[in-house]
Amino acid sequence: MARKPEPRPNVSKDELLKYYREMLLIRRFEEKAGQLYGMGLIGGFCHLYIGQEAVVVGLEAAAKEGDKRITSYRDHGHMLACGMEPKGVMAELTGRIGGYSKGKGGSMHMFSREKHFYGGHGIVGAQVPLGAGLAFADRYLGNDNVTFTYFGDGAANQGQVYETYNMAELWSLPVVFVIENNQYAMGTSVKRSTKSTTLYERGVAYGIPGEQVDGMDVLAVKAAGEKAVAHCRAGKGPYILEMMTYRYRGHSMSDPAKYRTREEVEKIRTEKDCIEHVRDLLTQGGLASDEDLKAIDKEIKALVNEAAEFSKESPEPPVAELWTDITV
Amino acid sequence: MATQVLMPALSPTMEEGTLARWLVKEGDTVKSGQVIAEIETDKATMEFEAVDEGIIGRLLVAEGAAGVKVNTPIAVLIEEGEDASSVADAPSSAPATAKSESDERPAAAVAAVPAAPAPVQPAKGWPHADLPEGAQTKTMTVREALREAMAEEMRAAPNVFLMGEEVGEYQGAYKISQGLLDEFGSKRVVDTPITEHGFAGIAVGASWGGLRPIVEFMTFNFAMQAIDHLINSAAKTLYMSGGQMGSPIVFRGPNGAAARVGAQHSQDYAAWYAAIPGLKVAMPWSAADAKGLLKTAIRDNNPVIFLENEIMYGRSFEVPVGDDFTIPFGKASIVREGRDVTLVSFGIGVSHALAAAEELAKEGIEAEVINLRTLRPIDYDTVLASVQKTNRCVTVEEGFPVGSIGDHLASTIMQRAFDWLDAPVVTCTGKDVPMPYAANLEKLALITPAEVVAAVKSVCYR
Repeated sequence: MARKPEPRPNVSKDELLKYYREMLLIRRFEEKAGQLYGMGLIGGFCHLYIGQEAVVVGLEAAAKEGDKRITSYRDHGHMLACGMEPKGVMAELTGRIGGYSKGKGGSMHMFSREKHFYGGHGIVGAQVPLGAGLAFADRYLGNDNVTFTYFGDGAANQGQVYETYNMAELWSLPVVFVIENNQYAMGTSVKRSTKSTTLYERGVAYGIPGEQVDGMDVLAVKAAGEKAVAHCRAGKGPYILEMMTYRYRGHSMSDPAKYRTREEVEKIRTEKDCIEHVRDLLTQGGLASDEDLKAIDKEIKALVNEAAEFSKESPEPPVAELWTDITV
Repeated sequence: MATQVLMPALSPTMEEGTLARWLVKEGDTVKSGQVIAEIETDKATMEFEAVDEGIIGRLLVAEGAAGVKVNTPIAVLIEEGEDASSVADAPSSAPATAKSESDERPAAAVAAVPAAPAPVQPAKGWPHADLPEGAQTKTMTVREALREAMAEEMRAAPNVFLMGEEVGEYQGAYKISQGLLDEFGSKRVVDTPITEHGFAGIAVGASWGGLRPIVEFMTFNFAMQAIDHLINSAAKTLYMSGGQMGSPIVFRGPNGAAARVGAQHSQDYAAWYAAIPGLKVAMPWSAADAKGLLKTAIRDNNPVIFLENEIMYGRSFEVPVGDDFTIPFGKASIVREGRDVTLVSFGIGVSHALAAAEELAKEGIEAEVINLRTLRPIDYDTVLASVQKTNRCVTVEEGFPVGSIGDHLASTIMQRAFDWLDAPVVTCTGKDVPMPYAANLEKLALITPAEVVAAVKSVCYR
């Protein structure tokens, strides 16, 4: 499963540094969130994205202004990748007024109209028709925006996903269905939940093209994303990308992950890690020195610490917030 | 021996219909199962088949005749050699069977039985707070009022669109959307596959993307497939996003019992949806309610659950003329004034309450009847003011008794007007049973004016 030595990809230094920086931000942010959870500053459910960073960073590289994104409750990475402020995200995790939802949404429910991020949804699979609906609106309004609708291998077994596939293709909706196949739906492996384990192929039944992508390789993700987006923008309807990825942490903070071995996780970490991959491309290609990368590490660390500080200092929402935003 | 062929009931709520076309003439021989006529119901044009074999002796109703009551003799079948003139006292044939042109789903499916007796209609001229002073009105059915509301709002705002099962080419399972496809095209009148969960989610997403969807559920029974999106996605997102993202969307369709469609198709969801913060819930009774409330719902920036009633679709009322007529949410109307007892109801329950009030008046009890019109928000002030005047209250609704709207009102009145009460509040509801199919049992399961009369007498100690 070792990554084979590749020819040097046709990609600029700046581009690689950008991916490195963005993926590292997500990883450090999530590690910090895990810490704050352990300290009791973050409550409830907290689903970390560590290991899967290449998926959102690669796809964001294929997006343009106006494109939308929507995902499940494992959403911190998506928010950071689309440019939402680490401070606002972290303060939402700690339930403070400075959070994106004024502390009323929490880890699973954050939104940003400005960045076209439509949540943050806690019901497995619900975001799939919602995402198709965003695409429905864009098609109705006659623009060329695309909606990235992310869901996991667990959600891929939900009935509403297939209701949505049917209508999305029927109405040629500009939606990229991104299946983040991290191989475990909470504690149930893909193999234990379905006999048809190549999830993108299920689109065939509805006439939706798709492909499987190495979701640990940010460049492969970006290339696949560009292809999918071009398909959608050309008015050809939806496209499915099955991102083969892996989450290093448990399903949520309270998951001991007894359903897989430590060796399995370690093997992926050492052989497939998406950040190490880009680091290797940068250093082995002579595009950046260890010092250059260390400087970036330091910068990211400072950014995350600043977010953590803000999330502790920002006050809890005033009591009056209990009664606002129920209706407009 | 000659037999009469009777006007059939071709839908659960049909009381009369139009004999659109005869496919046979006098003297023709017909076989059982042969289509002999086309009959227009309140919802569709249906083929009507002969049950018995014979010769058409006489056609008693002319082609094109409208308003032919169910069970009226429409033709006479004679046997060979029989004289058609001996038909005057011919016995009626077994109920005719009919075959729908369509594949309507069970709620709208054919029942070859007469519709259940309808509640008494209110007399014209009762005070109706819907109507502005001196307003010019016209008579229209609830169905027409709903259609007009949607058409007017779609003309006014290009981002309003209708989606649902059979709303377009079929012209609506209950003909509410009849003609809308022709006027607005398939971009704005969107036929969906039978996938409530999926299209409700798509509609909510579209509402976040800048559109104002109207989602028609063929009945609210089917909305249970989609209820996660109504509540978790539509109702809660404004709050969860700290006010960034609301869902301007209307979910509408028939709710509550129709007639003889059994337990899975006869349920009133008023109390369910009224329990959810983030939703608004409207439940019209009259055509004026239907038009004014639906227009308000479409203009509202929040998710609105709009609960209609199949039995009311064909009823006619006075409706103010003009496309600027709307009814605000949270304002009840007093449809009958009285001093002795307050009857609070909504939807079809208002018809029952008015019928009861008329009975009670004969015995000298003057009931005030309040039509809530919206259940979230509820107009508590109008209810409390009335109770403070009459000192007695009976609530009337079709839903199940546990956790009913009546329970909520009784609790509110107890907490806010206890000292004014001369008797406990009595809640009249449907019975605590799944809806039975048998005609006699169904009648017992539903709330009736007689039960309301009895409840009022109990709180008046008479």
